[in-house]
Amino acid sequence: MAIYLDHAATTPMHPAAIDSYSRQMAEIGNASSLHAQGRAVRKAVEESRELIARAAGCDASEIIFTASGTEANNLAIKGFYWSNPSKKTIVVSAIEHHAVLDPVEWLKEHDGAHVIYAPVDNVGVLDLVALEKIIAHHREDIALIAVMHSNNEVGTIQPIADVVKIAGDIPVHTDAVQSFGKIVFDFKSLGVTSATISAHKLGGPLGVAALILKRGLDITPLLHGGGQERDIRSSTVNAPGIVSFATAVDQSLAHMADNYSKLSSLQFQLREDILREVPEARINGWAQEILPTILNVTFPGTKNESLLVLLDMAGISASQGSACSAGVQRPSHVLLSMGLTEEAADSTVRFSLGHTSTMDDVDALSGVIADVVKKATK
Amino acid sequence: MKVVVAMSGGVDSAVAAARIHEQGHEAIGVHLALSSNPQKYRSGARGCCTIEDSHDARRAADMIGIPFYIWDMAEEFHDGVVENFIDEYAAGRTPNPCLRCNEKIKFAAVLERAKTMGFDAVATGHYAQMRETEYGRTMHRAIDPGKDQSYVLAVLNKEQLDGALFPLGDTVKDDIRVEAKKRGLYVANKPDSHDICFIPSGNNAGWLRDRLGSESGPIVDEDGNKVGEHQGAYTYTIGQRRGLNLSVPTEGGTPRYVLKIEPKSNTVVVGAKEALAISHIEGEKAIWCGPVPEHGTIFRGFAQVRAHGTPLPCDYRTDGSSIHADLDEPLLGLAAGQGLVIYDGDRVVGSATVSATN
Repeated sequence: MAIYLDHAATTPMHPAAIDSYSRQMAEIGNASSLHAQGRAVRKAVEESRELIARAAGCDASEIIFTASGTEANNLAIKGFYWSNPSKKTIVVSAIEHHAVLDPVEWLKEHDGAHVIYAPVDNVGVLDLVALEKIIAHHREDIALIAVMHSNNEVGTIQPIADVVKIAGDIPVHTDAVQSFGKIVFDFKSLGVTSATISAHKLGGPLGVAALILKRGLDITPLLHGGGQERDIRSSTVNAPGIVSFATAVDQSLAHMADNYSKLSSLQFQLREDILREVPEARINGWAQEILPTILNVTFPGTKNESLLVLLDMAGISASQGSACSAGVQRPSHVLLSMGLTEEAADSTVRFSLGHTSTMDDVDALSGVIADVVKKATK
Repeated sequence: MKVVVAMSGGVDSAVAAARIHEQGHEAIGVHLALSSNPQKYRSGARGCCTIEDSHDARRAADMIGIPFYIWDMAEEFHDGVVENFIDEYAAGRTPNPCLRCNEKIKFAAVLERAKTMGFDAVATGHYAQMRETEYGRTMHRAIDPGKDQSYVLAVLNKEQLDGALFPLGDTVKDDIRVEAKKRGLYVANKPDSHDICFIPSGNNAGWLRDRLGSESGPIVDEDGNKVGEHQGAYTYTIGQRRGLNLSVPTEGGTPRYVLKIEPKSNTVVVGAKEALAISHIEGEKAIWCGPVPEHGTIFRGFAQVRAHGTPLPCDYRTDGSSIHADLDEPLLGLAAGQGLVIYDGDRVVGSATVSATN
């Protein structure tokens, strides 16, 4: 039996979301068309937008659907940067996902951006004192601050409300793909300028996500065309994806409290078991506030390339952290920012839980981890 | 057996993986990332280190139905192969990096890791054969003389070879392509890799110049008379005739060849073709692929000094750590640093690094 402990990469779709996806695929019509079929599709899309907006604590008009979380992050970062040419500085946390770091790096290399990385402490939480200093020093030139809502590798929840306070009138973008649907996320009360959410991280389909962008703001688009999404994002609206996204959001929110307590106890057990089986193991990012879904573990003396092969052969799916690199595992920038050595970062594996996880998954891992670690020790 | 198949993304290792899987072994495919920046040693369809190549390997593994992983061996490759290549040239020798890669990466770092992880062997798409003979399990030439790679594998000792599988040695290359096509592997028509994988341009001299600088120096004849200028001694190879641009012609206009490279004095020595002829080769750091020949005894065999060179009939003897070979017929031009491989018929006896010739 396959044991899936990589929900942070992507998580199984809710059956209801598969149903609504299939049903909507059977409907003809382009949501932008004026005729009856177009109107019917438009209605389904707008109802979905409203449902997602309610769940995310924003206005329906603040949701701009995109094809991926990566696209939404690119849109926010390049969009804010390009729409305010007088400001050249971008401040990002050192532990952002590559979907944030890489567009920022690109702007630095190709478009004159000055990038400042805000440090984190040794458990992976943003250093607010350092951020305050950075902002005090560069306030007039900052186009955007980007700090993720929760970290995808170690699961630490970031103090976004404090970031917003420090930022004042500087736009703040938060990548919330790991948080939305799993822990409370409320766009308005958080006070950020924009946020990224993604369907497939919470049991919806691949290929649909959204940038939540405050009303009245206009940022430079990445894609030019029909202007379907608030004139900020062009492309024929992906109606089946959006409808299914909404169903998944509905399901996630309906079960959020139950799932939270279930996942928290699984996470706790997983941690206990690993530390019992492999006493020298070290848990990374065990901060005050963490997602109940992620456990990041260093097994000293091992190589994670070997750990992952051996786990895979034992029928257990886990990952090194982010699944995006072209297969070559580089030491995680998140772990290095937290002060781990390259060697320790290379000995680290992320286990991540999701709505379908059970105690059997935890038991299966506990049963093999000692042997796997032994065989993966250099 | 549990087997790690090293998959470069080419047709040979793909078929090797398919055969290992079909033989009932529990196999995984592993692509070795040899550069921390996958495009650094970029070489398109010819090399083995690009992202496209790793995707080709992954797709082949999918089609065969085995798990696939990428192992980062960039550091090991850089330290053990690339640095060694530069150092050897800087010392006036001509190294073979493929030999070093087999010796230090594929059948050392990879094999070691595989064994720790509980695997029994590493398989590759090399053309060579392992056979049970009176000497035990020994390595032999592949049946396809045009593709035989036993030369570049002769740096493996008995223990390394015991953990090695070469499933292609009994088949000619053309048939491997046919088999790949039959198996539906889309790399069936992918061109063979040539050149040195980390010098994708094929311009070895230019690559070395970038790393070793280009300190000019004299080109002299055998009597020490200056006959020209060179732009970096290491860009020359023993036996080279072209591109010398000599300012002083020989009497009678006979061509001259590189006879010697002296890195310390930064001098290239040239002379007549006859002066290149050698019939005695000494090699150091001997490695034995099977049983160690009795010390001091003279054996008949063949010496081979290039990857696809002719086997040269010879008498050879060893004291265990060095090999002395006396060739029946003289050989023209052999650089120190090249691999000397000794064969007994088609069996690989062992190898050594050429240290002296006369």
